[in-house]
Amino acid sequence: MIDGAGYTPHHPRWLRSHVSTYWWLGRRSYLAFILREVSSVFIAWFVVFLLLLVRALERGPAAYDAFLDWSAHPLVLALNAVTFLFAVLHAITWFNLAPQAMAVRLGAKPVPGWMIAGSNYLAWVAVSALILLLLTGAI
Amino acid sequence: MADRITMQVARYRPEIESDATFQDYEVPCPRDWVILDGLNYVKDRLDGTLSYRWSCRMGICGSCGMTVNGEPKLTCATFLADYAPGPVRVEPLRNFPVIRDLVVEIGDFMRKLVKVKPWIIRDEGDVRPLSQGEYRQTPAELQDYKQFSMCINCMLCYAACPIYGLDPKFIGPAAIALAQRYNLDSRDHGARERMEILSEHAGIWGCTFVGECTKVCPKNVDPAGAIQRYKLSAAVESLKAFFMPRGA
Repeated sequence: MIDGAGYTPHHPRWLRSHVSTYWWLGRRSYLAFILREVSSVFIAWFVVFLLLLVRALERGPAAYDAFLDWSAHPLVLALNAVTFLFAVLHAITWFNLAPQAMAVRLGAKPVPGWMIAGSNYLAWVAVSALILLLLTGAI
Repeated sequence: MADRITMQVARYRPEIESDATFQDYEVPCPRDWVILDGLNYVKDRLDGTLSYRWSCRMGICGSCGMTVNGEPKLTCATFLADYAPGPVRVEPLRNFPVIRDLVVEIGDFMRKLVKVKPWIIRDEGDVRPLSQGEYRQTPAELQDYKQFSMCINCMLCYAACPIYGLDPKFIGPAAIALAQRYNLDSRDHGARERMEILSEHAGIWGCTFVGECTKVCPKNVDPAGAIQRYKLSAAVESLKAFFMPRGA
């Protein structure tokens, strides 16, 4: 190997293809990946939305009512409906990927992937149930 | 079942053309023929000018990787009959410069492979003389890294990785998986040295977990998993360094 050789700098006869800007449309799995990445934007939006809600709460009943009116606007409703779908996609795709990123061991035995993903889903259901109980006033 | 199939083979002859073209060849399609058998038939009987790489024809040497109907495949392990009635399109591996026909330039991968030091590194002063025998391992210790040691350097993962296509500086799936193979080896002490190389932007953090490398790997190495686990240990290391700057 030649020391200091770079990334094939000058070989005019080699054929180099360039990746198209729309490479992510070329394969279904690439598109799924891009949708998963885009879901982060919607998650970020929902964080902002929640912060605005907290701010309105802190400013008193009038501000809170104004916030509720604003969130009932069809455009905000539509955005939040899309956000909900992306949040579900975000959660499911990342929960399913968790076993690949984590090698968990119990003693000497590796924990099977379905258990790692399953525990994420279980936590999701548990937290959702808790919130539902809080909202309905059961606890 | 059809007894013949048309192969559309990408040709690039730099002395006569400036871009790739396709040439059709009709080849026999018995049930036990793989794509590579079809190419060998073309080379032997129809057109001796076709260039491609192959060696072992049994999924070990890793040299016959090509793009078959848009998917990176080992052509010695991909049956022609699965593409019947055809045509089946054979192109060079994506994301690499093409030298001729189906032959790609692999120098970039070779340089990156060496960069991650895929060999056992011992601490100085902890190297056992040959006379004392080998470093022994339990089956459990072998199991820790065995999956990642199955890599045959066929580069299908590089061809499937859009990140590598977009940013040729990215070290790439196989090289990182092989670094991880040595990091997880109980005989190795080189994890810190490798981390210096792999914690760069073009290292593990370049990966956005598309996951295609794992899907196309003919040896079930799971490079995507290796990279994400590497990220996790890198993050834990930097947290440790932040909270316990004088060491644990």
